[in-house]
Amino acid sequence: MSDYVITEQHSQQSFTCKQDEFVLKAMENHGLHAIAVGCRGGGCGVCRVKVIAGSYECARMSKAQVSTEQQQQGYALACRLKPTSDLIIECSPSPLAITGLTGVAKAKPKHTEVIK
Amino acid sequence: MRKGVLRPGHIQLRVLDLEASVEHYVELLGLHETDRDEQGRVYLKAWSEVDKFSLVLREANEPGMDFMAFKVVDDATLETLTADIEAFGLEVTHKAAGDLKDCGRRIQFTAPSGHVFELYAEKTYTGKWGVEETNPEAWPRALRGMKAVRFDHCLLYGDELAKTFDLFVDVLGFYLAEQVIDPDGNRIAQFLTLSMKAHDIAFIQHEEKAKFHHASFFLETWEDILRAADLISMTDTSLDIGPTRHGITHGKTIYFFDPSGNRNEVFAGGDYMYPDHNPITWKAEDLGKAIFYHDRVLNERFLTVLT
Ligand code: FES
Ligand SMILES: [Fe+2]
Repeated sequence: MSDYVITEQHSQQSFTCKQDEFVLKAMENHGLHAIAVGCRGGGCGVCRVKVIAGSYECARMSKAQVSTEQQQQGYALACRLKPTSDLIIECSPSPLAITGLTGVAKAKPKHTEVIK
Repeated sequence: MRKGVLRPGHIQLRVLDLEASVEHYVELLGLHETDRDEQGRVYLKAWSEVDKFSLVLREANEPGMDFMAFKVVDDATLETLTADIEAFGLEVTHKAAGDLKDCGRRIQFTAPSGHVFELYAEKTYTGKWGVEETNPEAWPRALRGMKAVRFDHCLLYGDELAKTFDLFVDVLGFYLAEQVIDPDGNRIAQFLTLSMKAHDIAFIQHEEKAKFHHASFFLETWEDILRAADLISMTDTSLDIGPTRHGITHGKTIYFFDPSGNRNEVFAGGDYMYPDHNPITWKAEDLGKAIFYHDRVLNERFLTVLT
């Protein structure tokens, strides 16, 4: 079984992912934080990425986080994303997932942290 | 003042993969599957609950909560509350008896927070699972997983908390048990109860309406929470945080996710409430401690990971 190399563009972090492994899980296993980790079940949208290059498959994902159209444009939830080649991806959390609590310190989207 | 609303009755959750979810709620949480219907929905209950179901799973494209229901004392109360909810300014829709299997007629309305709630008076009484009503044993021996005792409460995220408060307190007869107040005096979290429990329903202020934070199930002891954590590891289930303790309610807790990303909680202990008790207030500046009493900081997921 092949290991593929996943590269996240903002952070320039790379890690290996097995063919039948979800990208988010592989990243967590490597102790990296390039992509925000939420529910790990395709529901919350915080792990949303855009695949810039490479081929892949997706397990069922919430349509509220990635619409059919967005899926065709290359958006995917990293926790549901399995590579079939090396991948270049870019964090793109669902706008639904980054609205915070009003009145107290808002949680900031993870991708602003990894840009620096 | 009491308005005849008794207690939480059921919740219907949307899931991406029905069978994976049934396995999660049955094998891990320890709920019992009690029925299925023609629409493919699965009905489940925890062992100590007396009515036929408290959790309904529906396969859908988007996880999240369809509705949460409360049981009322009788049909006359349902009638009165229908008028009261309409007078409050909400539209009430009617679901016929049997629309949910073995449940009587239900009324539905959307709270200002965006969440759909239901009231009903009747559901088939099946008694506690695995124990008799006369001389009952302490617990049924054939329980699985975390051995959840009952579906307990939900935490929901949405806006218009003040109007939602008026609906639940003035119209439905809930009491405010605990609250979080920001420096400007706005209530940004409200924990409401019908009973001695620290909460039957809770809301946290959020820009987007109708978001689901978690459904919670009661366990008896801290040891049970640790055992739940063991089972979460054994099954490689997605962990959120815990085992730890909440400041609000002081319950001992662990958060984790079902296979579609809906958050679950199992908790034990916590404070009690009588209607004459003053509400407990937490300052928004200390929200970290209010939510996670040991860490005293919020994990980012608490505010952003919702379905
Ligand atoms: S972590 Fe929630 S959708 Fe991926
Ligand atoms: Fe809870």
